[in-house]
Amino acid sequence: MPDVLSAPLVVEFPFTRSLGPVQSAFLTGLRERTVLGVRTADGRVLVPPVEYDPVTAEELRELTEVAATGTVTTWAWNPAPRRDQPLATPFAWVLVKLDGAGTALLHVLDAPGPGAVHTGMRVRIRWSPERTGAITDIACFEPYEGEVGQPSPHNGEFADPVTGVVTPARLDYTYTPGRAQSAYLKALSEQRTVGERCPSCRKVYVPPRGACPTCGVATAEQVEVGPRGTVTTYCIVNIKAKNLDIEVPYVYAHIALDGADLALHGRIGGIPYDQVRMGLRVEPVWTGEGRHPDHYRPTGEPDADYDVYKELL
Amino acid sequence: MPKEPVAVVGIGQTKHVAARRDVSIAGLVREAAVRALQDAALTWADIDAVVIGKAPDFFEGLMMPELYLADALGAVGKPMLRVHTAGSVGGSTALVAANLVSARVHRTVLTLAFEKQSESNAMWGLSLPIPFQQPLLAGAGGFFAPHVRAYMRRTGAPDTVGSLVAYKDRRNALKNPYAHIHDPDITLEKVQAAPMLWDPIRYSETCPSSDGACAMILTDRAGADRAPHPPAWVHGGAMRSEPTLFAGKDFVSPQAGKDCAADVYRQAGIADPRREIDAVEMYVPFSWYEPMWLENLGFADEGEGWKLTESGVTELDGDLPVNPSGGVLSTNPIGASGMIRFAEAALQVRGQAGEHQVPDARKALGHAYGGGAQFFSMWLVGAEPPTG
Repeated sequence: MPDVLSAPLVVEFPFTRSLGPVQSAFLTGLRERTVLGVRTADGRVLVPPVEYDPVTAEELRELTEVAATGTVTTWAWNPAPRRDQPLATPFAWVLVKLDGAGTALLHVLDAPGPGAVHTGMRVRIRWSPERTGAITDIACFEPYEGEVGQPSPHNGEFADPVTGVVTPARLDYTYTPGRAQSAYLKALSEQRTVGERCPSCRKVYVPPRGACPTCGVATAEQVEVGPRGTVTTYCIVNIKAKNLDIEVPYVYAHIALDGADLALHGRIGGIPYDQVRMGLRVEPVWTGEGRHPDHYRPTGEPDADYDVYKELL
Repeated sequence: MPKEPVAVVGIGQTKHVAARRDVSIAGLVREAAVRALQDAALTWADIDAVVIGKAPDFFEGLMMPELYLADALGAVGKPMLRVHTAGSVGGSTALVAANLVSARVHRTVLTLAFEKQSESNAMWGLSLPIPFQQPLLAGAGGFFAPHVRAYMRRTGAPDTVGSLVAYKDRRNALKNPYAHIHDPDITLEKVQAAPMLWDPIRYSETCPSSDGACAMILTDRAGADRAPHPPAWVHGGAMRSEPTLFAGKDFVSPQAGKDCAADVYRQAGIADPRREIDAVEMYVPFSWYEPMWLENLGFADEGEGWKLTESGVTELDGDLPVNPSGGVLSTNPIGASGMIRFAEAALQVRGQAGEHQVPDARKALGHAYGGGAQFFSMWLVGAEPPTG
């Protein structure tokens, strides 16, 4: 097996969520140490509240307060908490039916071990000292043998309601580009560009993917292409893209390397941006920074004839 | 057994805007769905199945909309499906729903597509930092601009054609109360004076980023008989796909688009689309895609599409109006954009397009594409039930 590259890939983004009237009241309530449910037409109280009745699909808007005490309806022990979970020490995932609620809320229970947890046990909310209007305003649940909490009526209206939250999402992958791309990347480190030829249609793919997307067969025959090529089409970029440290304007081009059957993309330099044209002959410029050519510059050859590259735009 | 004819009896849209901070995603889709039910004079109980679509997950970080939105869409106890084909998803979602009716799996289906672009960043979603790969060097429009230049080179179209499309679509949008961009002071000079972001694409020739939802109720012949308003009838529908990149791919006029259109015309008995189709809602995210798709969809010969645009044929009062709603250039909740094209085509043949109604529109085409010209979906709707 040839060397196959591998690298971590972390995908994360702080998505925002507009809450709408029901979630806004629920999360604002948590900030004020008040747990709200929503009452359905047949009198059930759903906690956490939802905007639409899961049974009838009717819109639900009648908010009602429930107690901060409740009963565990089921649970699972988590011996090894992971990043961003509510507690850093081992805990129980629990479904808690708060007193006054008809449904159970998912949260965590702080307990010394699984032997200390059982279905039917009484618990209460441990509020977070810093509350912002988020489900984490409930730090966790804790065992509680005291009296049943008494909810008082609440209309769900608060001063300065929370209307939106940020929900960071993060996925950790290990990325492996596979055999064909790894070979391509290895050649790039030697400042060579190597594609693969399809055994069926004979097209040369750069970068190679290890299979021909048209014929659906594996490719293996390596073919060195370039280093020179032809600008087949391009645009002039006049706005700075995020995370790109390139002065505008610059030319972003499709470049068909000699011997390749489809174009790859790159930046054109060494020529004023407004003199770049389709058919311009170019060659890669390697600066040693990064794996790919820094840009492509004119070779000084006469422009390629349109008919030669018109299938490679 | 012949297929069941499919009728569009309900259509609902939200007013598309840059940010709907007053509603959750559930609240947003609910609004469109309730309007579609009202249009059809139906209730949740009348719906047999729900088919929804949205843009790729990273666009707004909503990974399982079919799970989260079941309550809001009255789907409990009913089949609920999610369709997933990048920018074309609104179109393919409607077609999956239509196929369920035409195959007599269900009698009445709610189909809906949405996007809340304000809750994410689509450009981020499109450019994840994959290890070892060269980053895209050009931003959103930079992917499309080289294809536009290729079209201009191939056809010799004058530089002004793109601005004519943008000027037309933005004026059409003024007649559509649901459109996002309403610029009553629009002039051709203003369009042409806008900065070139990705030369040859100007800022004024790009689509906006919108929050919005679109819903339709599709039903069978018996359902259409009970509908309070004239239905639109589905005469043909098709999807095609091809790889995003392959040797010989024609980004200017992709083969999958040609094949998809040919299939729809065959089903609908259309021999000459230019003469037989009265209005077109096509997916034009950047102005130049209008002349490109006019050729790809068979409304003009290769190299001639821009002449239809330049001569005013595609204007609202021309003889082949394109994007009377204002199109994607005026409204772009990505996941919903394809379904809005399909719904606007249906509104035209129902005679319910209001101020942007094409007079006597009897047959209209709805078109969507996405994923780097990877997916195509189209339907042709008519004012009369299909024959045969």
